[in-house]
Amino acid sequence: MLEADNLECVRGERRLFAGLTFRLGAGELLHLQGRNGSGKTSLLRMLIGLLPPESGEIRWQGEGIRTLAGELCYLGHLNAIKEELTPLENLLAAARLAGEELSEDDALDALEQVGLAGREDLACKYLSQGQKRRVALARLVNEKRPLWILDEPFVALDTLAVDWLAGIISAHLQRGGLAVMTTHQAVNIPAGTVRELRLG
Amino acid sequence: MLGIIMAVIGRDLKLAMRRQADIVSALFFFIIVVSLFPLGIGPEPDLLRKLAPGVLWVAALLATMLSLPRLFADDHRDGTLEQLALAPHPLGLVVTGKVIAHWLVSGLPLALIAPVLGVQFDLSADALVVLTAAILIGTPALSGIGAIGAALTLGLRGGGVLLSLLVLPLYIPVLIFGAGAVDATVTGLGGEGHLSLLAALTLASVGFAPWASAAALKIALE
Repeated sequence: MLEADNLECVRGERRLFAGLTFRLGAGELLHLQGRNGSGKTSLLRMLIGLLPPESGEIRWQGEGIRTLAGELCYLGHLNAIKEELTPLENLLAAARLAGEELSEDDALDALEQVGLAGREDLACKYLSQGQKRRVALARLVNEKRPLWILDEPFVALDTLAVDWLAGIISAHLQRGGLAVMTTHQAVNIPAGTVRELRLG
Repeated sequence: MLGIIMAVIGRDLKLAMRRQADIVSALFFFIIVVSLFPLGIGPEPDLLRKLAPGVLWVAALLATMLSLPRLFADDHRDGTLEQLALAPHPLGLVVTGKVIAHWLVSGLPLALIAPVLGVQFDLSADALVVLTAAILIGTPALSGIGAIGAALTLGLRGGGVLLSLLVLPLYIPVLIFGAGAVDATVTGLGGEGHLSLLAALTLASVGFAPWASAAALKIALE
């Protein structure tokens, strides 16, 4: 259970939101909406603990946010992939650095699912924008951690990939996972409870 | 604990190997700067022997500075740094790995080439051995202290110049004891004392600097 209590966010001189409270239980997806600059990304960064809230508190399973490390998967608007490495090396390195076990077969399988079969050994700098995004998303295939924080996951994807990603998120919710995501697109997540929160 | 350090070192070395221009350019900068002095001063062995330790060490400091701005900047730009900060292990361990990897690709090559360059300054065999040992022992401190500066200036415009102003004064103790070790050998006093102090500096900075850098990185990520 992820709880946010009376969160306030101030960036520069501007107060983006205040008094924000929500609860998210197993199998639920929180869909953040709002105009550009309404504080969606700031809220996500608060949830992952990189940005301390001006006031208010965030709790994970009833405890402070510090217990989140190791239970959280964050996908930012940056892909966090290395241009010099191949998609396969990127996946394996990301898993090792996150302290997760990932076998080469699982990684290859994940890359096949995102439609990068045959490009496993090509340095990422030769991939298109959408393909790079797919490499980043391939991390989600074998992701077992319960809380997913996704910042604009559908950007730069074609319709097929959007459907695939919606399926991956559904499967995660069905396993009892939680997810918080921002997106401007209308996306149909077939399973789980979708709750909407509008900022600004 | 060791696992995460090794994972970071492995990844950074692999990245460095795919981008060899960075390593080679810092190394050639070192070689050229050091070689300019004998050419400019002319064939005066006594003067060259006296200048050698200082010249080699100053060039080593500057060559190390060249690669520092990119220590965290690449990871910051592509979002990898956020992921590293969110991982369950302390960020200080990740930075320790990055500092070791930085030394392996920037400090170690300098130490390996230094005895060859020392010959241009007519250094004796004893002095060359001490010079190599001093650079080998002292350069990890340069990577460690540099990491603090790189973390503090991360994401700033014109960060490169600020980084030099911040880090070069902190390099002074390393410079003094590093050059002093060779000087003491040349004058027959023996460089062991200087080398011990250099080792102490290295141990202190490699042990402490990653945690200070990690604190600075967390501020940069806010």
